[in-house]
Amino acid sequence: MRLEPRAHVPFWLNIAAPIAAVGLAFAFCALLIVWAGAPVLEAYQALLRGAFGSVFAVTETLTRAAPLIFTGLAAAVAFRAKLWNIGGEGQLYAGALAATYFGTGLVTLPPLIMVPFLFLVGAIAGGLLLLLPVILKLKLRVDEVVTTLLLNFVVILFANYLLFGPWKDPLAMGWPQAAPIIEEGILSPLVPRMRLHSGLIWALAFAIFAWGFIRFSRWGFQIRAVGHNPEAAAFAGIPIGATVLRTALLSGGLAGMAGVCELAGLKGYLTLDLSPGFGYTGIAVAMLAGLHPLGVIASAIFIAAIYNGADAMSRAMSISNYLADVLTATALLLVLASVLFVRFRPRLR
Amino acid sequence: MSDVDEAAPESAGAQSVLRLNGVTKRFGALTANDAVSLDLRSGEILALLGENGAGKTTLMSILFGHYVADEGSIEAFGRLLPPGKPKAAIAAGIGMVHQHFTLGENLSVLDNIVLGTEPLWAPRQQRAKARARVVELAEHFGLAVDPHRLVRDLSVGERQRVEILKALYRGARVLILDEPTAVLAPKEIETLFATLKTMVAEGLSIIFISHKLNEVMAIADRVAVLRQGKLVAELPVAGASKQSLAQAMVGRPVAPPVRHPLPPGEVVMQLAGLMLHGEAGQPLLEDLHLLLYGREILGIAGVSGNGQGALAALISGLRLPDGGSFDLLGAPVKQTSPLAMQRRGVGRIPEDRHAIGVVGDLSVEENLILEASGDPRFCTLGLLRGGVIRRHARALIERFDIRGADPTTTTRALSGGNMQKVILARVLSEKPRVILANQPTRGLDVGAAAKVQQLLFEACAEGAGIILISEDLEELLQISDRIAVLYRGHLSNPVPVEEASLTELGLLMSGHGEFEAYREGAGHAA
Repeated sequence: MRLEPRAHVPFWLNIAAPIAAVGLAFAFCALLIVWAGAPVLEAYQALLRGAFGSVFAVTETLTRAAPLIFTGLAAAVAFRAKLWNIGGEGQLYAGALAATYFGTGLVTLPPLIMVPFLFLVGAIAGGLLLLLPVILKLKLRVDEVVTTLLLNFVVILFANYLLFGPWKDPLAMGWPQAAPIIEEGILSPLVPRMRLHSGLIWALAFAIFAWGFIRFSRWGFQIRAVGHNPEAAAFAGIPIGATVLRTALLSGGLAGMAGVCELAGLKGYLTLDLSPGFGYTGIAVAMLAGLHPLGVIASAIFIAAIYNGADAMSRAMSISNYLADVLTATALLLVLASVLFVRFRPRLR
Repeated sequence: MSDVDEAAPESAGAQSVLRLNGVTKRFGALTANDAVSLDLRSGEILALLGENGAGKTTLMSILFGHYVADEGSIEAFGRLLPPGKPKAAIAAGIGMVHQHFTLGENLSVLDNIVLGTEPLWAPRQQRAKARARVVELAEHFGLAVDPHRLVRDLSVGERQRVEILKALYRGARVLILDEPTAVLAPKEIETLFATLKTMVAEGLSIIFISHKLNEVMAIADRVAVLRQGKLVAELPVAGASKQSLAQAMVGRPVAPPVRHPLPPGEVVMQLAGLMLHGEAGQPLLEDLHLLLYGREILGIAGVSGNGQGALAALISGLRLPDGGSFDLLGAPVKQTSPLAMQRRGVGRIPEDRHAIGVVGDLSVEENLILEASGDPRFCTLGLLRGGVIRRHARALIERFDIRGADPTTTTRALSGGNMQKVILARVLSEKPRVILANQPTRGLDVGAAAKVQQLLFEACAEGAGIILISEDLEELLQISDRIAVLYRGHLSNPVPVEEASLTELGLLMSGHGEFEAYREGAGHAA
């Protein structure tokens, strides 16, 4: 088989290729299910039911998708500018720490202002956290992959210190957790008696904002130009440093808001299991979406559905829910490979 | 076509070493090669001439087995060549020197040459033999290069010699050279041509891909012209003229750019006693004096690496001088940045259009506002004005004759000439007073180069002063008003083009001329 570059990429192919890739991932994982000794069709039915089969399932999937949209956007925006922000997890915790600091009684505002205020302080904390490695990158050419990754551990260990030390809630019976967010700062539920909260609305709004920003704003244009060809952008007079710093604030801010979303939407108080790696999964979400902010919504819901569905499947079929990890990983690899067929036409012979 | 072929008298008896029979290759709707039949005889240099995108490289890729032809076949030394197998092509004695070299930078010359041919058994013992053979080949064909040096320390010319040696070492009897002179200085081109002459005298055959008519006339025995994938002419060089070849290549008569000479205007840029140092403190420009007038084109000749990059960086707003003065339109330049230079009326056409000139993955309309994205015309309250930008792009595409592009086309998809027109449209539509044109026609075909020169003339007539940096002396003599030579950071006194001679400029370029002391306004006609 040979590959030849396509002169024009038809629009439908951009949509069809990732869907086909995901289908192929399911086919591959069917082999694993067979190997585990369960009937494939029933297993996938259980997965689908677990993800979307009831109001409860749908709301659970969307609840899980909300923070993934934020961290997915954070990665997508940064990667667009070729800023390799692997620190989404740390920025998420930084956002949650800031929201805990301001939201547990220090400031009391009416709910209509308190919630945006918490998102704002969370975003600022996340953005500032990313600023440090980016300044090191710009001034001293320190690789941001290393610095952002390592900062995750710094922030999480710092949160550890706070939760076991000064911020430990005396009413928590010795558990390492902070005081709860005040009533005014809690994200309102969207569906009665379900966990789904208005954080999802915030996430969707910011996905649309990020899309419009990248697509229509001057700064977004500069981010794309710098990401594609920094030398040409610099020659044309686009300020590289300022553009990268703006990207960092936006990306870190979005990741920080993921922390606020989880903190004020679900638990109400900060613990060390706030995020099961949403910051890292956000990278997969962004890659799966081809770094497109609106695509991030779809891919975040997809990944959330796989994880929720896999839990249900593992209970029903008594096979390991690690299949969710395998399934998302395979889907991601195949989607990345499918990009090849979007850009090139395969020909036999 | 075949009747032309047989009409070539001096090679009628020579033996055919390579024969292409009706080779056709399609990429989707595009037919890159359309039933091309071609004959290469032993001991001849066949030039393959054609504009960018005419299908030269595709044809050679098929020949070398990188692509498989949809139709047609290839015979080498009377035997059918299996399609799609570079190894078979090498075994059949075909060697290829790509335009972009395929050498390992961190390996020595010898390692690069023998790479892939070392025997499994006792490679150490064979190495001395290999080395002796490389040295012998190098001496025999005048390809001077030390086999033990690392490739990364070699000049471009030396690297090319390594590529040729590599092909010869593998026993090539047919050598394909893809645009071999594009990267060479005039002196190196002479050396290369001497080598090629030796090779064909030995009975080797050469396919020389080019779009430079002068070189083709100088070196080739026969010339084949490709246009839009079709072989449109095949004739001995002896019976061809530059005009007829250019016309065959472009498909219509090429209008040479016309210029209505105007008296020069006032001084738009002045450099006096200017110094610029490199990162290691080495001087890049020394005591440089230059006066640029409006409505004139000042050509800067010189072999690349003699300070052209530094001069371009200075005018582009990437560097400030380390000493001396730099005045634009009568006011000194104290701070610099690309943006500051644009605001002061400097239009900049960079040397490398792919890497620096455009952002290939952005659309044409986006590249057209790359320098002006903050301009109130295109941007209000931080939002880009899509409608205005679209209309702006449409108007420029029309005015600058950018072919194959609508506003949303990905810029990478354009040909080199049209990409250059995008850059010119972006720069010239801002009506600059000073224009830096760094190698504006390099790598462009005849038609596109003429268009670029025409656009520069028009900008000049509107009052701009143009600094034209080029390694192509003929182009400089053709379109400049005055010419100066840059050699090791020194600039010679500009002379009016009527008084300049090729020999004298050649001497200056190699450092043998007199770099006389600077005289105010030297060489200016007015």
